[in-house]
Order: sequence, then C-alpha cells, then structure tokens
Amino acid sequence: MNFEANNPTACRILPSGDAAITVEFSRQISAEANQRVLALDRALAREPIAGITETVPTYRSLLVHYDPEQIGFDALAAQLTELAQAPTELESIAKRRWRIPVCYGGEHGIDLDDIAATCGLSADEVVARHVAAEYRVAMIGFTPGWSYLSGLDAALQMPRRQNPRLLTPAGTISIGGVQTGVQCLAGPSGWHLIGRTPVRTYQLHREPIFLLEPGDAVNFVAIDAAQFAEQDRAAERGEIVAELVAS
Amino acid sequence: MSKLVVAAVGPATSVQDAGRHGAQRYGLTPSGAMDTLALAAANALLGNAPFAAAIELGPLGSAFIARGGPVRIALTGAPRPAAVDGRPIALNESLTLAEGERLTLGVARGGVFGYLAIERGIQGEPMFGSLAVNARAGLGSPFPRPLQVGDEIRAIAASGAPERRIDLPPEAEAPIRVVLGPQHDEFTDDAVKLFLDSEWRISATSDRMGYRLEGPAIKHLHGHNIVSDGTVNGSIQVPGNGQPIVLMPDRGTSGGYPKIATVITVDLRRLAQTQAGRGFRFEAVTMAQAQDAYRALAQAIRALPGRVVDAQASQLDLDALHSANVAGVATNAFDG
Repeated sequence: MNFEANNPTACRILPSGDAAITVEFSRQISAEANQRVLALDRALAREPIAGITETVPTYRSLLVHYDPEQIGFDALAAQLTELAQAPTELESIAKRRWRIPVCYGGEHGIDLDDIAATCGLSADEVVARHVAAEYRVAMIGFTPGWSYLSGLDAALQMPRRQNPRLLTPAGTISIGGVQTGVQCLAGPSGWHLIGRTPVRTYQLHREPIFLLEPGDAVNFVAIDAAQFAEQDRAAERGEIVAELVAS
Repeated sequence: MSKLVVAAVGPATSVQDAGRHGAQRYGLTPSGAMDTLALAAANALLGNAPFAAAIELGPLGSAFIARGGPVRIALTGAPRPAAVDGRPIALNESLTLAEGERLTLGVARGGVFGYLAIERGIQGEPMFGSLAVNARAGLGSPFPRPLQVGDEIRAIAASGAPERRIDLPPEAEAPIRVVLGPQHDEFTDDAVKLFLDSEWRISATSDRMGYRLEGPAIKHLHGHNIVSDGTVNGSIQVPGNGQPIVLMPDRGTSGGYPKIATVITVDLRRLAQTQAGRGFRFEAVTMAQAQDAYRALAQAIRALPGRVVDAQASQLDLDALHSANVAGVATNAFDG
C-alpha cells in the first residue's frame, strides 16, 4: 500500500513508546519519502523544538526521541505534523558528494560471480553498472556507520540470501533488495557481497568519527587489490581515503 | 592510587552509565544501564551524580579486591549474596573496603543485574559523553569490553564519610506496561489481543541487545518484513516465527520487523530484571499514563539522595522520613 500516493504531504504520527515519535512518510522505499524525511530532519536541526533529544532519519520515516518532562506527546505530535507538511524544496537539501573506492570481486566480493549469473550479466558488466550509478545515503543504521544507499541499478536488484552469513568483513559493499550498502564493522549480513572498500565510515580517534551523513551522494570507483591494500593501510592510520567532491 | 581489581567475573559484567546519546543517526546504539533506577540508587549512596558510571553486574557471581588503599563502594539491584572477606554485607548500603579486602558477590536471586558503584564514579575517558561499554562498536572506558579477571578500576581514596543506606521497596508483581505501536496495524486485532492476553517467558538466549520471548505465535497481517525504520529501547519486534523480541540498550538502531508495541520507560527496567523462564504479562496503557509514569520516575530518581540515611540511623528516623512523605512520589513510581 502506498497511502501517500493520493496526498503527497500526508504523514502518519506513530507513537514509539513514551519518549519517541515516528513521523512516517511512506511504508515503502521511495526517493521522495526519503527527501521528505531529510527535509524534516534538517528543519528540526535549523529550528530545534525544545525537548527533542535526537533524531534518526531512515528511508521512510524520521524517529524523534524526546524528553517527556519537557514536552508531551500531543504537543510534539502537533508541531511535527505542521512541520512535516511544509513544502519540501528538494534542491534545498544540501548534498555532499563522496567518491568511495571499491575492490570488486575475488576474495573481497565473493558473491560477484553469483550476482552476475543471477542477473544474466558478466561480472565486468555488474561492476560497470554498480560504478555508473549515483547513490544517496538514505539512512545509517543497525551498526555504527552501516550506510544504506538508494539508487541501485534495477538490473542488479535481488532478494537477500536465504541464509544470512554470521560474519562478513568490515568494509563490505553489498547488494540487498533494491539497496546497496557500505558496511563498516565486521558482522552478520544477509546481503550479497560484491566488493570491499578501504574506507572506514566509522573510525574512533579520527575526525570526523562518522564519515557519511544521511542525504550525502556517493559514487563508487573501482580499484584493484594492490590499491585496496595500500589504501587500507592508509585508512588504518586514520586517513579518510574517500574523496569529497564539492557539490 | 586506590583501585578495585577484578578477581572473578561472569559474563555480561561491564561498566555502564546513562548511555551514549546523539549518534543513533549514525547507527551508534546508546547502550547504558539495564536498570537506571538501581544505578542511580547506588550512586546516591555515595553522593555521586545519579548516572555516574558504575559496574553493571551480570547474573553470575564475581569478586573484587581493593588495592592501593581503601575503596568506598555501594551495591544495589538484583538481590544476591554478598560478603567482604567472608562477612555477609547488606545490599543498598555503602561500605568501605580496606586495602586487600575481597568483595565476593554470588549469583543473582530474583533479578538479573546488580550495580556496584564506586565513590566519585569510575574514572575513564568518555566517548560521546559516556563510558558505557558497547563491545561491538569498540566503545567503553576504562575497557571497551566486558570486565575480565585482572582488570584494574581506578578509584579515589575513600573519603571516610559515614556509611549510608537506602530503603528501596520491593518490586511490585505487576504486568509490564506497553503503549501499542508503531506498527500494531501490521497485526490482526486478534493477534494484538493474543499478545496482550498471553503469558510470556524470557528465553535463556536473551542479552543486552534483546530479550527473546516465548509464548504463542503472533501472526502478521502482511508478512514479517517492513522497510527498516528506527528502534527505541523497549521496541517489541515480531519476527517471522511470531516470537516477540524486546529490544534492549545494545539493540541495533534500526530494524526490519514490525513493532507491535513498546515497553514504557518505567517498566523496561523491571523487564530487564526479570529472570529467564519466569512468566509475565503485558498490559496496554495510554500515552498519558505512560508519560505520567515517566515523569514520576524522573522525580523519584531526583529524590533518591534525599532518601539516603546514615547506615546507623535508627528505625525511628526512617519512620519519621516516611511519615513526612518525602518519598511519596518515589513510592508511587516504584509501585507503578
């Protein structure tokens, strides 16, 4: 169901316990809904509402944590509804653009050949399509720095694995459904592993600790295994190794 | 410098405080104490700030030795046998360990987590304003992991202040209250009713990330996948097998299972202290009731220092305190 189809400014206010509200713009993955999430997030950053403690943008909703000692549910819901219905100027969402190096296939992307076979493409064509697209950081979640990107080429979309892997490497670039992702820490994943980046989207004792922001634009650049090894060492020393392109 | 040396320790024993807030948008979960009221009570006994970092004790036993000088501590939370060099000691009282004395803590009874606070708090290097251990993200101080035998926790030399105690009412046996949502409309009315009418048990596989529940299968209306959205402490996700999972402070910051309801803040600590295998029920309350209880708990935590008395104070003084109803608001919050 796409309840927002008939009314593009509709949103639902959903209680998430006694100290958070979810402002939901869509139940599905939608670029427009994500724009509206980010627009509301930025509106709240520009003009904070007293009592809000932090916000968590996701694909389709904004989770707003608040302190019930400072503002009650009804008052906050009313203010969020009003703000959410303000017209969204998509161009007003400032956009940083990152170039992120990826070593595709081989030991760094063990599912690349399977993905190619499933999609009826060669491995080179999969890489070419993955590199050609421009992505947007739709949300960051689950574990520190895990960045969910929208904008995956339709030819590369595929369901998650039947059996999630319990351990996938830090820096994995993978495909899950209509999304591609940049995983920062080693951990479980049900997505298909296509490559690996030396970039740390989360690294303690580096400035900034978190590299990507929801709303940032991302392009991938293919590198070979030797470049990966070299950039991985540089990243370990605290270098960013991703390239920030002025928007 | 005085220090507390870990001589024995079970799993799930780590340094915790009020948690690390403000970076959930980057996927960094808050972590923090499973029972904030018990943490605040331990700190109140020592004159610390309410959420100063302390040792959160897992359900199994542990032992600590004071080295380099006396260390003043306080122990609250799940009841458990406790002794200093073999002499039994009381919970909810401060005490000073002399150099070389060994604090031995047994297995928790009737609860799960205990709090061992140290005078002036644990010294460490905060990240995002917190010392709380989040092992997966490599965060926490003085150690970014659960405690291990041999770990040394620095402490200031004991002040010599008189020892204090606090009278905490026993936990009420009452349902765990929830507010429905954010996705209870992903379930049939019958499924929501079944969720609220059934007895649940906490699975032995539960941990600081989530408490897995065992009971009847809760059926979804449209299947068990939703597009991932944000989670909170207390979110009750229902995965494909219909067995709910209550998300705890080490949860993922987003999740892709529908959330039928959310445990209210006041009762999440009571759930955290519920032992595996023990039956309990949920009860749906209104947002107004949930937020009234939230504010009462915040008040009760602020009132804790005023409820601390000298350990040697007579029962008469305690009665006077009660009759003055200093603890009135607090008692209401404890009783739910």
